[in-house]
Order: sequence, then C-alpha cells, then structure tokens
Amino acid sequence: MKLPPFEYEAPTTVEEAIDLLAEHLDEASVLAGGQSLIPLLALRLARPEVLIDINGIAELSGVSATDGGVAIGAMTREYVAEESKVIADTVPLLAAALPLIGHEAIRSRGTIGGSLAHADAAAELPAVARALDAEFVVRGPSGMRVILAAQWFEGYLTTSRRPDELLVEVRFPTARPGTGVSFQEVARRHGDFAIVGLAVSLVLSGGVISDARLAFAGVSDVPVRAAAAEDLLAGERPSAELFDEAARLATGDIDPPADLHGSSDYRKTVAATIVRRGLRAAAGNALERQ
Amino acid sequence: MTDITLTVNGATCTGSPEARKTLADFLRDDLDLTGTHVGCEHGVCGACTVILDGRAVRSCLMLAVQAAGREVTTIEGVAPDGGLGTLQQAMWDSHSFQCGFCTPGFVMQATAFLSDHPDAGEQQIREALSGNICRCTGYQSIIDGVLLAAERNRER
Repeated sequence: MKLPPFEYEAPTTVEEAIDLLAEHLDEASVLAGGQSLIPLLALRLARPEVLIDINGIAELSGVSATDGGVAIGAMTREYVAEESKVIADTVPLLAAALPLIGHEAIRSRGTIGGSLAHADAAAELPAVARALDAEFVVRGPSGMRVILAAQWFEGYLTTSRRPDELLVEVRFPTARPGTGVSFQEVARRHGDFAIVGLAVSLVLSGGVISDARLAFAGVSDVPVRAAAAEDLLAGERPSAELFDEAARLATGDIDPPADLHGSSDYRKTVAATIVRRGLRAAAGNALERQ
Repeated sequence: MTDITLTVNGATCTGSPEARKTLADFLRDDLDLTGTHVGCEHGVCGACTVILDGRAVRSCLMLAVQAAGREVTTIEGVAPDGGLGTLQQAMWDSHSFQCGFCTPGFVMQATAFLSDHPDAGEQQIREALSGNICRCTGYQSIIDGVLLAAERNRER
C-alpha cells in the first residue's frame, strides 16, 4: 500500500532531532535507513503522526577506532560498515554478520543504528550486539547515557530508549587475540530473516577456550545469550563431544516462537544444529586467524 | 509538499511531492518514468530497484524528498540513446525475461553490481541478484544474461 500521511521533519543536528522527539514523544517515529520502518508504514503497521528523518544529520555517520574498540555512528550505512577495514580488523563477528543482512540493495540504505533501534530479534545485528556486550549511546534532553546490550533489548521491537532520546552511537569491543567467530543462520531464501540465527565468538588460548559467547536470533522476542553453554565451554578444549553438550545446554531452556516458516520444535532442532556448526566454525576461525 | 531538485538520468528534475510519496511513485507519477516497476511496495520484490549515487536501492523504501540533491539512474537511463545497453542486449540474447515485470529491477541491480564487480562469477551474481524476485524464468536465464554481459564487457 501507499504510506499513510505524516508530518515530515528533517533535522540537521542531533539537538534539533532531540527537540523534535521531546515535543512529539510517542507520536513520532525516527526514520534512519527506512528498510524496516517504510515497510511498516506501507503495511500500515506503524502510523506515526510525525516522521523525524535523521538522514541529514552528518555527525551521526562514521566508523572510528577507540581505545577499547570501535564506535559506529548510528546512521552509518550497513554497506559502509561492511567495507570498513577497521571493523574487519577489530570486530570480526560484526564483519561476519554484515554481509548476511537482507540483500545488497537493503544494505545500501540500511543503517547500523536503525537495525539496532528497530530491535527485530530475528535480525543479525541485535544478536551480534548481545553476544559482544555492545554499548548503546543515546542522547536526550537531559544529556547522554550509555546502555549495555543486556539492558537495551526489552521485548518485541522494543528497546530501553526513551521516547525523547536518540540513539547516536553503538560501541563494540575489540576482539581479543585468539578470537574466532562465526555467524550462522538458516533461512528459507538467502537474505531472508533467519528462521534461527546464531552469533558465536570464542577465544582460544593455548588450545583452551578462555571465553565463549553465543547469542541466538529468532528464538525469542529479544536476542538470547546461551549462558549455560558459555559456562560449559569456558576452560575446555574444543571437541565434538563438548560442542554436542553445548548444543544441548544452549537449547534446553529456549522456547522459540512458531510461525509458517517453522514450528517451535523445528526451530529448536535447527538451533542445536547451528550451535554445533557455529562452534566448529568459530574454533576453526580462531586457528586461521592466529 | 516539499520542493525538491534532483538529477535523474543525467537531467536536472524538480518536483513538489508529498512527504509520504516514495521515490518509486515520484519517478512514475511525477516524472512519467514508468519503467521503474512497483511490485510489492514494501521492499521484498526488488522490481523498483534504481541506482542512487552509484548504489542499487529500492525506490519504494525511500521517500522522494530524501532524493533531493542526489543522482538517480532508472531503467530509462541505462541506454540513453534509445537502443539497448550491453547488459540489456545480453539479457535479450539469453531470454532473461518472460513477462518482463521484474526486468527493470534486475537490470538496475545487475548494472550496479557489474560496475563494481566486472569480474564477478556465477556465484557472486546469484548472490547479488538474490533480492530480486522473478515469477517466470526460474532465474537461470537471468544469471546467464548477466554472465554474458560481464563477458562482453570484459572483451570490449
């Protein structure tokens, strides 16, 4: 369908955007890359009175190396992040996930901050952010605050951003030496939302897993860390038996949603399979990167 | 209504679209460039793909007002002399379409892709075109056409 009518605002500074958000609160939606919001408008699932287009705010775009990692401006396009050498060198899990987002034309417009603020739990970036404990920088009328990924994702398409706040930057930590990563997903068609996805990051030191991070996409209304499996893996040497047990623990307490793409049980089976695959691939990747 | 000026297929164009008007509808309704096809209207089918500042984008997933000051290429701008471009001729020769509805989107997506990846092989081309839906051909002839165009481009 055609988009419903809305009042259109195109601020050019973060301050102007925050003023507009403070004025319109829940009646406003923020338009970043538009690759999720415009479909929602077209399907009339979203009917904001005011659309605040932040594409004209130049300061929100850019990738920069920081002391402990990488800071990515919220309006950084996904294809720009995909082509970023800084990201490839310092946050390999993010680099592995970026090419899997939608299709090429989607990544031309889609943004890092837009995807994370939209917070679709079946999408790649929320799982990566949750796995790596990314930090979300928001600005509002009362200043700036930094929100950890564990607190950012609150529920179905819902984050802890307040209505008068704007997501301005997302920070990812630098991968430690010995890190191996893998992003696994099973989808009906290449580029579709994953039926189940998994972000995996392992650190191998002297052949032993010193740190394991696993975050699922598509098994709940938020990205989900597999804490029990992570605890099991830490301190162990990679083996097929270990990964089987990790898959059992990781899927023991998830209750994935059912839809026409797959039943809950099917998703659980797929989840266990991609845990094994992901761990194998990440362990292999750690050895390759050494 | 917002007054905008943009470059479409090399020509400066102006218009006053309503904010809610997508770039796809603006191209079709306001500029009479009906070669850009509107299929699903929510970013799934790829039929409305155009090239914005050198990158393939879905023109149903951006507002016309967001194209102000930008450079847009549509299917009408691929071979401005009225003939067929290399890719179009190669797709013609490979029977890369049946009903033709999806063809402009495939041509624009493949044009953007081949300009960045002139040496692309079949697998990369399949990946690049994976966001465009065709309900007639079964895709094989489209891939053949794009591969043939890449080959002809390299021979020139």
